[in-house]
Amino acid sequence: MPARRLSIVLAEDSLLLREGLASILDRAGHEVRDTVGDADTLLAVVRKDPPDVVITDVRMPPGHSDEGLRAAAAIRAELPQIGILVLSQYVADAYLSSLLETTTGGIGYLLKDRVGHVTEFLASLDRVAEGGMVVDPEVVRQLLARRRDDGPLAALTPRELEVLALMAEGRVNSSIASELVVSEAAVRKHVGNIFAKLDLPDGRDRRVSAVLTYLRG
Amino acid sequence: MEKPDTAWAALASRRFLISSWPWRSYAYLLSSVPVGALTIALLFAAVGLSLVLSPLIIGIWMLMAFPLAGMVIGRIERWRVRLMIPAGVRSPHATIPPGYRLRARLTFRRRERASLRALGYGLVLGVFVWPLSALFGGISATALGLTLAAPWIAAHEEMGMGPWTLDTGREGWAFLVLFGPPFYVISSYILGALAGAEAELAKALLGPREEELRRNVAELRRSRLDLVDAFETERARIERHLHDGVQQRLVGLTMTLGLAELDLPEGEGRRLVVKAHGEAEAALADLREAVRGIHPRVLVDHGLEAAVREVADRSPLPVSVRMTLPDRLPTPIEGAAYFVVSEALGNVAKHAQATRCEVEGWVAGDRLVVTVTDDGVGGATFDAAGGTGLKGLVTRLDALGGTLDLSSPPGGPTRLRMECPCRLDD
Repeated sequence: MPARRLSIVLAEDSLLLREGLASILDRAGHEVRDTVGDADTLLAVVRKDPPDVVITDVRMPPGHSDEGLRAAAAIRAELPQIGILVLSQYVADAYLSSLLETTTGGIGYLLKDRVGHVTEFLASLDRVAEGGMVVDPEVVRQLLARRRDDGPLAALTPRELEVLALMAEGRVNSSIASELVVSEAAVRKHVGNIFAKLDLPDGRDRRVSAVLTYLRG
Repeated sequence: MEKPDTAWAALASRRFLISSWPWRSYAYLLSSVPVGALTIALLFAAVGLSLVLSPLIIGIWMLMAFPLAGMVIGRIERWRVRLMIPAGVRSPHATIPPGYRLRARLTFRRRERASLRALGYGLVLGVFVWPLSALFGGISATALGLTLAAPWIAAHEEMGMGPWTLDTGREGWAFLVLFGPPFYVISSYILGALAGAEAELAKALLGPREEELRRNVAELRRSRLDLVDAFETERARIERHLHDGVQQRLVGLTMTLGLAELDLPEGEGRRLVVKAHGEAEAALADLREAVRGIHPRVLVDHGLEAAVREVADRSPLPVSVRMTLPDRLPTPIEGAAYFVVSEALGNVAKHAQATRCEVEGWVAGDRLVVTVTDDGVGGATFDAAGGTGLKGLVTRLDALGGTLDLSSPPGGPTRLRMECPCRLDD
C-alpha cells in the first residue's frame, strides 16, 4: 500500500493507456482525480485545483509534439509544489533538459515501458511526490555513454559515475550497494566524494542537486 | 566541309546553289501558304464563334482558351521550321509538375507566356507571312517553271517573255540557257534570305527565352523537392502510425502483464507471464529503434543539433559535437543533414576502426556545412564503406542543391563533408 494516498491528474491522449494507468493507480490506492486528453485541459484542471502529482505524456494533442512536456514546465513554474512525472516514448534527453532548466526536484522522467513494472513504477511515483527525482535507467544509460572532457563530471571516477547514475534512477544507498555488490558504507563514501567534487552547497537536497548536475552534464 | 545548320550559313556557303537549300527555301515558303491561310481562317472563325457565343459562358471560355491554340500553332511551326533549322527549335514550355490533372495542366499551359507568344506568331503568319511567301515564292516558282518549260512551250505556240516573243524551239532553248542560270542564282539567294528571315522570326517567337530556360530548371528542382517532401511526409505518417498505434498497444500490453504478475501466485503461470512481459518490452525497445530510424522525433521537436547530439550519444565511439547553427533550418534540410550524420557515424563504428570521431556543423554564407571526421584507417569510398545509405543521401542532397564529399586517404583520417543551401527557394 502506498506511503500516502496521492491525488493525481493524469494526462494521456490514448484511451487505452489512460484506462490502464488509471486502473494501476486506483489499485494502488491513489485517487485519480482527473484524466485529460490534451495539454490545455491539463493546465486548466491543475490551476483550478492543484493535485499532489501530475502524470503526463510528452506527446499530446493538438500538435502531437511535446505539448505535454511544455505543460509540465508551465506547471512547474507556476505551482512548484506539484510533483511531475513525465511518461515518454523517447529516450532522448533533449526532452528532459527543457524540464530540468527550472526544476529542483519532485520530478520524474520515465519511459512508458516502465509503467508495466508496477511496483517500481509506484515507488517512483512516491519519490516524485516526496520531492525526489527519478530518471529512467535507459535514459541514464545513454547519458552515461556521453563523456565530456570539460564539464563538472570530468573529475569523477568511473565508479563514482556509476553511483551517480543509480542515484539518478532514484535509488537509495542500500539499493545502490546491492546493485554494485559493495557495502552501504562504501556507497556512502562515494556519495560524499561526489558531493565534494561537484562542490554542492549544503542545505538543499544535495542528492537531487547532484543528479541534476549529472543530467545537465 | 561541315553542313550548314542555318539558312544564313548556307547562304554564305559557296555550295549554296548546288545544295538542297534553295529547294528547302521553296518548300518552307510555299508550305507556309496553306498553313498560314488555314491558321488565320480558323482563328477568325473561332473569334467569330466565341463572340457570337459570348453571351453564353462557353464563348468566354473559348476566348480564354485561345492561348492553347497558340500551343498547337507553336508545335506545328516548330516542326516545319526544321526545314530551315535542321537542329530544330526547343520548346519554350515548362515541365508541368507531376500529379496535375488535365484541367490543371491546361490552365498551366494557358497561363504560360510562351503560349501567348505562339498565338501572336500565328497571327503574324496568317496576316503577313503567308501572303508575302505566296507572292515571292509563287512568282519565283512560276518564272522558274516557265523558263524550264520555255523550249517546249515556244516550239508549240507563241510565248511572250517580257520584251521578247519566243515562237520557236530554238528561241526557247536560247532563253533557257541565257536567262535560266542568272535567274536561278538571283531568285535562290532572294528566296533563301526570305525563308531564312521567316525561320528566324519563328525561332524568336516560338523558342525558349532565357528566363523560360531558367524557370524550367527551377520547375525541375521544385518537382524534385516535392518528391523529397512527399517522402518526408510519408515517413512522418508511418512514424505517427507506429507511435500512436502499435507502440501504445504494446505499452498497454506490458501494463496488463505487469498487473497480472502482481495477481498471480509464485509458479509456472507467473513465470510465463514474466517471460511474456520481458518479450513485450524487448519488442517495444526494437520498435523504438525502428521508429527513430524512420523519423526521429527529437529532430522535429528540438532541431538538428539536439538530434545529432542524440545520435552521437548512442554511438559506441566517443563522438564530440560542435555545432553553431541558426535556430531552425527548413525541415528537408535538417532531415538530410541528420541522416548524413547518422549514416556516417554508423559507418565509422562499423568500418573505420576509429577511436574517436568529431561532428561539426556551421553556416558559411547561405550554406550549411556539416563534417564528420574520424581518426580511423581511411580508404573509405562511397561504394565500400558508404554502402547504399550514403548514395541515397547523395540523391536527396542533390534535390536540395547540396553535395556530399568524402576524403579518405589510406591511413586516414576520413572526412565526410556535406554542403547544402540553407534555404529552399532559389
